[in-house]
Amino acid sequence: MKATFSFWLDFIHEAFRGGRIFYAWMTLLTALVVSGIYAYTFQYQEGLIVSGMSDQVSWGVYIANFTFLVGVAAAAVMLVIPSYIFRDKMIQEVVLLAEGLAVAACIMCILFVTVDLGRPERIWHMIPFLGEFNFPQSLLAWDVFVLTGYLFLSLSIPYYILFVRYKGGQPKHNVYFPGVLISIFWAISIHTVTAFLLSSNVARPFWHTAILGPRFLASAFSAGPAFFLLTLKFIRSYTDFPVPPKVFQRIAIIATVALQINLFLLFVEIFTEFYHQTDHTASALYLFFGIGEKTALVPWIWSAIAMNVAAVLILSIESLRNNNRLLSIACLLMVVGVWIEKGMGLIIPGFIPTPLGEVFEYTPTLIEVAVSAGIWAIGLMIYTLLAKATIAIELGKVKYRASSQT
Amino acid sequence: MTESGKAENKKLTRRRLLKKIGIAGVSGAVATSGAALAAQVTEDGVDEFSDSLASLFQTHYRRMSPEEVEATIARLQRKTKRKYGKNISIDTTPPLPNVLLGYALNISKCKGYRKCVDACVEENNQGRDTQIQYIRVLEMERGSMNLEESNHYYDPETVPQKGKFYMPVQCMQCENPPCVRACPVKATWKETDGVVVIDYDWCIGCRYCMTACPYWARHFNWNEPELPPEELNPVTHYLGNRPRSKGVMEKCMFCIQRTRKGKQPACMEACPTGARVFGNLLDPESEIRYILENKTVFRLKEDLGTEPKFWYYTD
Repeated sequence: MKATFSFWLDFIHEAFRGGRIFYAWMTLLTALVVSGIYAYTFQYQEGLIVSGMSDQVSWGVYIANFTFLVGVAAAAVMLVIPSYIFRDKMIQEVVLLAEGLAVAACIMCILFVTVDLGRPERIWHMIPFLGEFNFPQSLLAWDVFVLTGYLFLSLSIPYYILFVRYKGGQPKHNVYFPGVLISIFWAISIHTVTAFLLSSNVARPFWHTAILGPRFLASAFSAGPAFFLLTLKFIRSYTDFPVPPKVFQRIAIIATVALQINLFLLFVEIFTEFYHQTDHTASALYLFFGIGEKTALVPWIWSAIAMNVAAVLILSIESLRNNNRLLSIACLLMVVGVWIEKGMGLIIPGFIPTPLGEVFEYTPTLIEVAVSAGIWAIGLMIYTLLAKATIAIELGKVKYRASSQT
Repeated sequence: MTESGKAENKKLTRRRLLKKIGIAGVSGAVATSGAALAAQVTEDGVDEFSDSLASLFQTHYRRMSPEEVEATIARLQRKTKRKYGKNISIDTTPPLPNVLLGYALNISKCKGYRKCVDACVEENNQGRDTQIQYIRVLEMERGSMNLEESNHYYDPETVPQKGKFYMPVQCMQCENPPCVRACPVKATWKETDGVVVIDYDWCIGCRYCMTACPYWARHFNWNEPELPPEELNPVTHYLGNRPRSKGVMEKCMFCIQRTRKGKQPACMEACPTGARVFGNLLDPESEIRYILENKTVFRLKEDLGTEPKFWYYTD
């Protein structure tokens, strides 16, 4: 009990302690959070009318960010598999950080869904028994279930490991391994469920395809590790945490293979949509070429494809991949590329044209952008704090005995 | 506004009933905690704060006891009175036994005057600012059923146009409704008379049902719906046309405030060409059954397997 208390105290202390760069970073994030909250008050007061959404395009950037972040959340598992199952020591060094990213991404997901609600104060209607949870019929109910479950898993496993290390012990394989096994399947489930959330809609032919699930997995396992790799670069430059150079290569390979598969699946989809066009091709037509003068997404999707192709070229060629700067650029391209492709490029065209054939475009408003930025800032803040404390404990800077003496 | 006359008669009895239920309706704990903090007690004798607290913790309509229903209705009436200065009745008539409601629309008679759309908005208290319309009349090219070539924004003053036909689309009250399955909180369901309804006070506004609907029949209140008090239809049903608030879904519910009392839906009454036929699918003598058995009928997007109870037919 005393150890737990002291663990939390040290954890929080470590999380919030830092140098000038840390405080500058946190100040920036805080500013974004404040502006996000400010923007949200307008939305809460006036209703979602302040967004660019409409009856025609009824989901926008909030849900787009949500689908992207579900991928980031699950990406941690790509590092968990080599680390815990194959006992890859190298990856083990960073896997707790990856789980920290998963926690941050899960929380962002939940926030993005919450700000998208018309009546957020009624969110308790989703709590089983207290409310009316439409499980297992509603896929949204499934999504809530798997996301909170994953959040719990991503919190509890690292908590156990860190706590044991903090006390100077060695985490017992038998204790955390079952949890790890569950979280691997769980991570795949959060993707699959989110893909089903969209692909189950017969009303939306653009999503109503079996390839959506596999595409979700592939894109997530590319953008997620790429995003993580970028944060590791940052961590290596600004903390004492020794990230072995080979870790970058290992993660890069995971991301590369996933991106190659993702591009292949995209090609398969494009072929099927366009070889013999039907009425159901309209959404894809809108996305890739525009319908009439309505072409808002065209530049976005083509730049996303260009970014992904560039990233895959850099990463597939070993000599280029080994170049540190090129690797960072490729990862950045991949993150942005997948963010567009799997976010705006997937959600918005699902609504265009409407089931009654109306082509009505969507552009996010400043309020939506500010709220989204605020949520991203909250997520990055959580990740930063978790990573800082985790690193301190992993490096043995804070230990139970040391703290109890002072 | 023929309804308002009848409503006036009811006003007095309503008022008395209202007073009777009054505070007793609000659950004890909420009432006391509310009263302690209350700043303003309005003319109806209940302070607004305890009312809004009670709204916040209001339970699902189908979980309410008869007393809770009564109390909730009284509270909703107070709310409307405060907002519009008008007394409304909120009916809770359940589905009639042995009734399965269906609609048939003669597509060769429809000329696209959009009188049904206007009548629907007047009847069902849609916000005039939100401009929600449950019925969408599409101007279609003759020779094609491609919805993507339809015109949603034609001028109803200049119809019928040569080379066009008109196809109204509204909620099809599917027997296998994807929207009901989509809702994460069971705020929408299919009644035994086949009508898909919404508990506006339970909906969380996630809009997943809207995504699931193949007929674009569900609409969201993006802002607070406002309508001039004189245009507010005071004869309402709890699951029907009672005033809604921002952030929740709404849709066509076959005018249950009328049809459960044996009246026609507003759109049918308003149709100048007699294109609309509404009735009980379980009654072999009904006109709609005659149409289904003797006319050439089709359903929109029947291939999606949602089993719409809305048929189009031709002479």
